[in-house]
Amino acid sequence: MTKKISIDPITRLEGHGKIEIFLDDSGNVKNAYLQVPELRGFEQFCIDRPVEELPRITPRICGVCPMAHHMASTKTVDAVYHVKPTPTAVKLRNLVYDAYIMEDHLLHFFFLGGPDFVVTPSAPPEERNILGVISKVGLETGKKVIETRKKIREIVIHLSGRIIHPVSGLPGGVSKGLIEEKRIEFLKYAEDALAFAKETLQIFNDIVLKNDKYLDLIVGDIYKHKTYYMGLVDEKNKVNFYDGKIRVVDPNGKELVKFEAKDYLEHIAEHVEPWSYMKFPFLKAIGWNGFIDGKDSGVYRVAPLARLNASDGMATAIAQAEYEKMYDALGGKPAHNTLAFHWARLIEVMYAAEHMFELLKDKGITSDDIRNIPTEVPDEGIGVVEAARGTLFHHYKTDENGIITAVNLIVATVGNAAAMSMSIAKAAQYLIKDGEVNDGLLNMVEMAFRAYDPCLACATHSLPGQMPLEVNIHNSKNEVVKTIRR
Amino acid sequence: MAKPKVALYWCASCGGCDEAVVDLAENILDVVAAVDIILWPIAMDFKYKDIEAMEDGSIAVSFINGAIRTGEQKHIAELLRRKSGLVVAFGSCSSLGGIPALANLTSRRKIFDRSYHNSPTVVNPENIEPKMKASVDGHVLKLPEFFKTVYKLNDVIDVDYYLPGCPPTPELIANAVTAILEGKLPPKGAILSPDKSLCTSCDRNETKPEDVTISKIKRVIDIEVDPEKCFLAQGIICMGPATRDGCGQSCINGNMPCTGCFGPTDSCRDQGAKMIATLGAILEGDDENAVDKVIEGIVDPAGTFYRYAMSASLLGGARKEVENE
Repeated sequence: MTKKISIDPITRLEGHGKIEIFLDDSGNVKNAYLQVPELRGFEQFCIDRPVEELPRITPRICGVCPMAHHMASTKTVDAVYHVKPTPTAVKLRNLVYDAYIMEDHLLHFFFLGGPDFVVTPSAPPEERNILGVISKVGLETGKKVIETRKKIREIVIHLSGRIIHPVSGLPGGVSKGLIEEKRIEFLKYAEDALAFAKETLQIFNDIVLKNDKYLDLIVGDIYKHKTYYMGLVDEKNKVNFYDGKIRVVDPNGKELVKFEAKDYLEHIAEHVEPWSYMKFPFLKAIGWNGFIDGKDSGVYRVAPLARLNASDGMATAIAQAEYEKMYDALGGKPAHNTLAFHWARLIEVMYAAEHMFELLKDKGITSDDIRNIPTEVPDEGIGVVEAARGTLFHHYKTDENGIITAVNLIVATVGNAAAMSMSIAKAAQYLIKDGEVNDGLLNMVEMAFRAYDPCLACATHSLPGQMPLEVNIHNSKNEVVKTIRR
Repeated sequence: MAKPKVALYWCASCGGCDEAVVDLAENILDVVAAVDIILWPIAMDFKYKDIEAMEDGSIAVSFINGAIRTGEQKHIAELLRRKSGLVVAFGSCSSLGGIPALANLTSRRKIFDRSYHNSPTVVNPENIEPKMKASVDGHVLKLPEFFKTVYKLNDVIDVDYYLPGCPPTPELIANAVTAILEGKLPPKGAILSPDKSLCTSCDRNETKPEDVTISKIKRVIDIEVDPEKCFLAQGIICMGPATRDGCGQSCINGNMPCTGCFGPTDSCRDQGAKMIATLGAILEGDDENAVDKVIEGIVDPAGTFYRYAMSASLLGGARKEVENE
């Protein structure tokens, strides 16, 4: 008898998603599928639009991380017009980008994924939310989270017009500069953000790392997959969110390839399944061999831990020290522990804060040299950034007037699509034995994909209330034989 | 007294509307204290079956964002309509079709071809496409139908109020929630943002000449944009004259023109037609040929004048007929 377990809807992945788990005759997990029942068709309907408008159209792919699409798109338009942004524009773009990464990561740690750790994975659901976090870390810290996010989001609003769907990116630069008065104001914000990043790492250290139970969970086998890892690195192979080369390391940490964005077609391909509107990217050099991990599977992972695994370190001092500390604790590089994505995320918060502070200390950022007007004939361009949720590719072709003729996108979360399915299946395999579904399944399964931060997925923790998961166990006649709800 | 029940739901959308609700920041806790949120997939328990089991009309208000692109979205919109006293179309996509409705300029077939066959990264030798019902290793997996056309919410259900914007601002959201809680509601069908054009509150209105004339339409790529001067006076198309106020001129503050996300004011139904009329009055040219030459500068009329309002436009209507054939 085949049983089917539906989790519908799961928490979200750039929109909508559901999990189907199938059991074999003996009641053990045979297969798990992460389905995305939605498609909007940006790649097609962006055709015939003026290319310079895509930085304002493509952010609507994801309103949770619109800055990532805005920036990838802006860089792609630079490439289409063969124009380099001015040094000041590059600084300003980096500044808003760091601000975005930091506020987005903080949202995840304190509101979404972090409560599992800060409050404890086994705490009653009604405590595992931001309010539970506040009661654990204190109201003062809770207020600081809100305050810090608000201030760094103000930097983005000032420079990019809006936080949800920014507008400032233009080929060769940005639409708006920074005046000295604002630089001084924002430098103070960055200083506070830096102090808060330190505090956040201290909280993680005190509450999570000093607790053996949590550490066991992080290093345990249930949340482990040996895969390839991808991330942008600078010329010294340090993590970079805005620019650099794409580096891929194998499950042993050895560099497989390092390539420029413009060559992405040589290295990445996408697999199609009939049961999801989402595609599954893989490494061309290895090939698609199904939803499996290991060296012979082209499945790769992206986002914080993948970026750190694919790099040789962080470009700023404190973040580098934290990077070394993490790998010491996890037994070296690469770390395959899915739950360590949370840790890596905070190390990136540290880097973003330090980098923001550096950028704002530099008076050069207020120069009015914010744009190079394109002079060349537009044709084709590829742009890449590290979105909070992983490596993001935009690729446009235009006619000689800069009107779009073709678009291809590989969206960040999609980079982890196959791995998320695998992580869920593995967690389910550990918890469902002989047809007995452990009630702990729900949170354990949730934790498996929440670590990847698939957008607002687990904002479920931001408010008091029940969890959004429901597991239905169906027999072969599709009758519900058991329902678990939390 | 029991707290009023509120549902928030998303259809074909980006999550930006939900994020805008999260941006109520501290105020969100006040909202949570005043109402009982029974459905908010991005943030809370789905309880889909619970909703089906509820008595009709027992939800005080449902805020629905996103356009209608799939069968599942239509189904849930209909369900929420039945269960709710009020339905508010939340944001541009729900009100007018929004960015996803630009897909009405193309077709479902082309979208599938582009996504699953012609994309340069796709490797698909067996020509697989997502299917509404797929059998994999003997397991049946289902997906909702992907409609041929993108609909706005009031194409599929009756809508009581509209909250415009991509996304609506936290201020407008807070005002709407307060009005509902206090029962101080405008007539049915009202759009919950000031009924005047963006130009009336724009800081650059002062630099807008009495008689703006445009002799050449320019693209933002080609010029250095003056940070204080009216965009139209610079020859750049700004949708301000045809767009409803209420956004706090956020794009203008970023030194970029309005692209029209708040949709039209009450006095005009078709945002693009209004903008074309506005331009018609200010384009400079002695004869038809000269005007034609100026118009050539508008490289993407449909995507410029109807960027967020395709489902509500006459163009969008034509499209639906084609697809229904």
